[in-house]
Formats: sequence, structure tokens, C-alpha cells
Amino acid sequence: VEILVCVKRVPTVGGKIAVTEDGQEVDTRMSGFSISPHEECAVEEAVQITERAGGTVTVLTLGPEAAIEQLRGALALGAGRAVLLETDGREFGPIATAAAIAAEVREHGYDLVLLGNEAADTGDYQVGIRVAHQLGWPVATGIKNLSLSGSESVVARREYRGTEEAYELPLPAVITVKEGINLPRYPSLPGRLRAKRAPVERSAPAWVAEGLRKEVLRVPASSQHQAAVLGHGADAVPDLVRVLDELGVLS
Amino acid sequence: MTVLCLVELDGGAPADASLRALTLARSLGDTSVGTVVFADATDVPADALAAYGVTDVYVTEPGTLEGYAPQAWARVLASLAAETGATAVLAASTDRGNEVLAHVGAITGLPMAANCTLVTPDGGRTHRLVRHRWAGLLLEDAVMEAPIALFTVATEAVAPVPVIASDVSAETPGFAAETPGFAAETPDASAVTGDVSRAVRPAVQVHVHKAELAEGDLVVRATESATRSGGVSLATARVVVGGGRGVGGPDGFAPLEELAELLGGVVGVSRVVTSEGWRPHRQQVGQTGTKITPELYLACGISGAIQHIAGCGGAKHIIAINTDPGAPILAHADYAIIGDLHQVIPALVEALRAR
Repeated sequence: VEILVCVKRVPTVGGKIAVTEDGQEVDTRMSGFSISPHEECAVEEAVQITERAGGTVTVLTLGPEAAIEQLRGALALGAGRAVLLETDGREFGPIATAAAIAAEVREHGYDLVLLGNEAADTGDYQVGIRVAHQLGWPVATGIKNLSLSGSESVVARREYRGTEEAYELPLPAVITVKEGINLPRYPSLPGRLRAKRAPVERSAPAWVAEGLRKEVLRVPASSQHQAAVLGHGADAVPDLVRVLDELGVLS
Repeated sequence: MTVLCLVELDGGAPADASLRALTLARSLGDTSVGTVVFADATDVPADALAAYGVTDVYVTEPGTLEGYAPQAWARVLASLAAETGATAVLAASTDRGNEVLAHVGAITGLPMAANCTLVTPDGGRTHRLVRHRWAGLLLEDAVMEAPIALFTVATEAVAPVPVIASDVSAETPGFAAETPGFAAETPDASAVTGDVSRAVRPAVQVHVHKAELAEGDLVVRATESATRSGGVSLATARVVVGGGRGVGGPDGFAPLEELAELLGGVVGVSRVVTSEGWRPHRQQVGQTGTKITPELYLACGISGAIQHIAGCGGAKHIIAINTDPGAPILAHADYAIIGDLHQVIPALVEALRAR
């Protein structure tokens, strides 16, 4: 099975999130970078499928040259090939991103394209679906369970409002996954060494203006305050019980 | 002008999330609000929709669309948008809403803005909007230029407000932030409430639409089956007792379970807990887990990473129990106890049992 996994380099935000002075991006002076948990699971799922059924996992990212760090992370986990669609630092919209991914799929040929359900930063919820439409492939999103039957089809499951939905898709197909589909492994030392030496294929898709244009990012005004401290340790329990009573949760 | 809103049904009534989307749809101004409901004409909750300002309901011919098929739903929305000359097509930002609107975007080649908290027409093909980034921890001001504005509504940021409220003064209409973590956005309230004085509710017209599907639209179609029986669901629980790294390991959750049961709630956990395999992922509260909206979230031994706040920011009240007075969770909590959850929780359980 030839699988393409798409990942995105995003800031690792810990307890706080801030934007740059011009409001154009997240302030990353104090942060590292990673891929979203959904995408970590997409990489793991792809590696598990090829371990069972054979084939190759190719990991792709669209981003600046620094995103090679995230490609190497996936190579260390078992991906065999890496593709960087290099940008000049401008943010690609979902339409241009999908077009660039679809071009790689057409050129190389895959049975399955895996993505995260949504990117951690932009939360556009649409790149996978747009890729599928460009290719004329079926797509299922938000998937929490995946089983391949041979090289013909795949059954994808998710839950919605307490009901399980099962989709059977003929291959080739696009699937977007959510965290929880598996428990990603940690990279092995040999894996890391292999990843360090592995080549990264590059191309540079053209940036295209889209009909949705970001003006500015901002932190919501209401999101910062400080909790009233009721006390320390078990001594604070009587006050806590009083507060719970006031909130009406003791019935 | 017409706007079209996808309405999902929940046990025969419009889903709460869809009512919130309809409230935003109405705020787009002097428009007629049409809704698309995937149900038989006889099952359309017409009165409930009329209460939210809906003038027209479009259903597909009975029997043509069995089971949820996202691309087919999108095809119907796209063709109805063309037929009605709609200037906007929207849905609630549920899994289905985001999915269907993304398909509409792909079918029409138009942009789609997910998780909007505010949308304002700005003449011609222009809409100004505010949308969530980082699951609502950042807001993006953006401009959309398109013949049809496609977007989904961040439901936790928009309160559902009917056109004819039985007691208008009892509740403040508008886009009140219901949560400590998320932003309040207050558009021109008159756009939302202006119809309140209208004494006579116009009748809703139900139109039966003949769905003309394209090849492949029905290839991906859900087979639905009931899952998990009973129990309080994390997403809808009134009280959630959260456990994080401070719980210490897989064996430390019994007191939290006991407390949750006493409060009629459920246990939720932070991402580190599921990544370590201490608890199953379905208990995760967070950006990549479940987003919760309880009356009370009691966060025990949880530092409050952005990833977690994205999931619990919808709680009405947050109380944190943490050994670290500098933990980020305290900037999102209403109350805090500085201390070890292993001492505080058993003492709290004892005090509640003694009542």
C-alpha cells in the first residue's frame, strides 16, 4: 500500500498563546514546533498499515524549509520518503494547499492519503476534502478507526452524537483522522539516525491569493483573569463545598 | 437576499448547534432565511424553525437520500444556493457541518471559513468575519470575497436567540460569551432582536427539492449503529471532574471517579493522561479530544495547556486544584485551591458524604 501522510509544522504552544506585534502570526520566540496530535496519529496509522500490508509511507509537508524538522520526525517513526513543498513563509490557504498536495499525488501515485482532521493552528477543516475533490477520490473525515481489506477498499469509522458511523470507501481514497485512532510510538534511536541521513525531495508550489484573506490575529479580551484562591490543601474544603453549593451543583 | 442554513435534527427537533447557526444567519441583515433539512417533509419541525426566523424549508424528495452522505448533502446545498440566489450558505461547526460546508467549498471552488463567531455583509461580494484559530484561543479578523459566502458558526460563541421569545426580558439576547475561556463578540444586537415585536409569525414554506446528484456523491455514505449504552456523556455532562499529570498514574483515578459520581458527573482527563495510556482517549478533554460545556469543571492536577483550555473553555465555571499557584489553569479558573489533589479530593468526598 502506497500511503501519503500530510503534516503541518505549527508552534508548540504550552500554557499561553500570544501574537506578534503586527498581528500576523503566533509569537514563536519562546516556543518549539511540532505537528498536531491528529497528524501524529495519521503518521502512526500509516506506519502500522504498511507494517501489516507492506508498502511505503511518504510524509509530506507544505511549509518553510525549517519544516524539514517535522519531516525527519515522521521519518524516525517509520516513514520511508519525505517531500517538502517549500513556501516562502507566506501562509497558504486551504485551496492552494490542497492543489499542491493533489499535484504530488498525481505525480507519484498513492493508494491512500492520510491527513489530520484539522490543522491545530488555522482549523480550516477542509484541506483533505479539497484534495479528494481535486483527485476525484472518495473521502471520509474525523476517522477514529480504520481497517483495510486488501488493496480494494477501506472501512472507516467515527462517532457522531452517540452513534457510530461506518463508511466503506473504495481505494484510492483520502481519510482524515483524529487523535485516539491509535497510540503513537516513540521514535527509536536507529530510526532517528536513519531519519537524519534520509534525503528530502523538494519542490516549490506557487502561492495563490484566495477569497478568504486574514487581516489580523488577536487574543480574545475576555480570556485572561485570575482565579480567586479559596485556600490551601484540605483546609480549603469547607469553602469549596460552600462554592459548589452556590454554583448549584450539589443537588 | 437569501441565506441558506443547514439544519441538523436531534430527536426530531432542530439541534441546539443549528439554532445557534440560525441566530447568526438572521444577524446577516434583511434577508430571508432558508434552511435545508435532510428529512421527510412531514418530519420538518416547522414551528421550531419559524421561531428562529426561518421562512423557507427545503427538503429532498423522500427516499432519495437515505443515510448521511456528506458529498450528496453538499451537492443539494450547492444547487439550492444557485436556485435561490443565496448570498451565504452556512452550518453549525459540528463535525457534519464543517464536513458538508467543506464539500460545498470544493464543489463550487469557493473559500469556506470554519468556526466563525461573527459575520457582517460589507456590500457586494464582501463579508467581514471573525473566526476561531487554535480552537478559539485566538481570533482572526478576515475578509471574504466570494459570490456566495460559505462558513460554519462556532456554536459555543453564539447563544441561540429565537425571534419571538416568550419572555424577552428574561434573557439578554445576543452573542453573549457563556464561557470564561472564549471571546465575547457582540454584533449589532438590533439585527438579532429587531423582529421581536413582530406579533405574527410568518408561516414557513416547505419546498420539496429534487436532488440531482453527480456520479460519486453517494459513494461515501454512513451506515449508522448505536454505540455504548447508558452512562453520562462527557460532551453533555453537567459536572466534569478533570484529572491531569498530577494524578500520578493509572491507579490514581478512583477518588476522582468517586467524586464525579457524587456530583452526578463524569471524569475527563488531559492529553498527557491519554498519551501515557493511563486512560482511554475518549475521556480526553481538549483541542483534539472532547469539547465540554458543563456547569462546573473541576480541574485536578491539570496545568492548563492551551490544548486543554481549548476543550474546557466552554465550561460555565472552572475550579482548579493544583499544587502550583503559577499554573496557567488559574488564569482560566474562577476559583482555585492550592494543594495536592490526593489530599483535597478525599477530604471533599468525605465532606460531601457527610452532608
